[in-house]
Amino acid sequence: MSPIILLFNFVIFPGFLFSAVVGLFLTWVDRKVTARVQMRVGPPWYQPYADFLKLLLKETIIPQGASKVLFFLGPLLGVVSMSIFAVMLFYMNFNPDKTFVGDLIVMIYLLALPPIGVIIGASASKNPLASVGASREMTQYFSYELPFLICVAIVIVKSGGSIRFGEIVLAQQNTAPFLYSISGVIAAIVFLLSAQAKLGYVPFDAPEAEQEIMAGPYIEFSGVALAMYKLSRAMMLFLLPLFIISLLWGGFTSWWAILKFLLLIVLIVLIKNTNPRLRIDQTLKFMWLGLGGLSIIGLILAFYKL
Amino acid sequence: MANAKLWGLKKSPWVFHVAAASCNNCDIEILDLLTPRWDVERFGIVLVGSPRHADALLITGVLNRKSLPRVIDVYEQTPKPCLVIGVGSCTCDNHIFAPSYNVVGPYDKYIPVDVYIPGCPPKPEAIIIGVVKALKRLG
Repeated sequence: MSPIILLFNFVIFPGFLFSAVVGLFLTWVDRKVTARVQMRVGPPWYQPYADFLKLLLKETIIPQGASKVLFFLGPLLGVVSMSIFAVMLFYMNFNPDKTFVGDLIVMIYLLALPPIGVIIGASASKNPLASVGASREMTQYFSYELPFLICVAIVIVKSGGSIRFGEIVLAQQNTAPFLYSISGVIAAIVFLLSAQAKLGYVPFDAPEAEQEIMAGPYIEFSGVALAMYKLSRAMMLFLLPLFIISLLWGGFTSWWAILKFLLLIVLIVLIKNTNPRLRIDQTLKFMWLGLGGLSIIGLILAFYKL
Repeated sequence: MANAKLWGLKKSPWVFHVAAASCNNCDIEILDLLTPRWDVERFGIVLVGSPRHADALLITGVLNRKSLPRVIDVYEQTPKPCLVIGVGSCTCDNHIFAPSYNVVGPYDKYIPVDVYIPGCPPKPEAIIIGVVKALKRLG
């Protein structure tokens, strides 16, 4: 592949620009559905773009005593890792033969980077509420990562021990999607709830809890830095459902994938709107004992091809 | 560039609620304003928890010696450009507290206030029209 096409892939399609635009649009879908659930009109379609533009052109304040490099590295890490993730996700879905050993592992690591970016930025911003938020974010990260990884193991077992992303997608297109089995349904439930926690949506929004610790890790961020955090969150809202679809529901190369994708988005938004917030210790208990136990059962079932 | 900046600011004013020693009535009206009944998210208005994220400060209460340094602090911590909106009669002319020894006067002695909304407390409709006037004042 020539470097120009590679650069195009990373910067425009399907990397940074494409996933940013679609992701911001999806945050509008989220806000609009939320508004309809609460029986109000909701913001116009250009609302997230206006928010983003405003934040880009606003003053960025660096708190006194904060580490300047880390303060900006935190927000940047999320956006960069999500752009690379988008390129890999689309590339492996449309060219499954170009897959390499362990690309699934690389993608899991890229998904781990945005929360680490949040923790770095919050710790660098020198604010007590931000450090409370960072410690909660860390706890939450450890809580949802365990069932998430066990469910990735379910997918690996069901695909016959492959850690190539392309092979997993191909295996589903050749036979049946992994979702259509008991362990597949368990994996889908766990993936959906971990995606919820990764996005920081209710019921797993203890790290940024608006009412108790203001905005948690984001409290000191303004202007461009805050815009980057919002953007990486929006890109995650676009990419995580696609990741779930490609691991469990046969990839997204056909047009049906759009319906599947919308179904997942609406499910995420409805879970967000119909649940109260869990305390951070309740999140840990729910994720490790509840979903962790469920996903271990799923793993055992996957070994018996159920 | 300036146009884009203005458009962004007008279409998504995030508000931070500064309760500078008010009697709570204006605060209750502001909370009322943010409920689904009035649905100010139609105009992109969102309540934020930190002054760093804010574009507009909704200030309530009569300014006194204790709250003055805090209000100035919050104003300085807000990234510019930012609007300052005084909600309630107390912000306009100190209202019934004017003769008190502790009151240090209306806000615009210390920080630039864009619009005052009189009323004790002002209705949510009045607050909405006040914010609209403040946004129109931008250009």
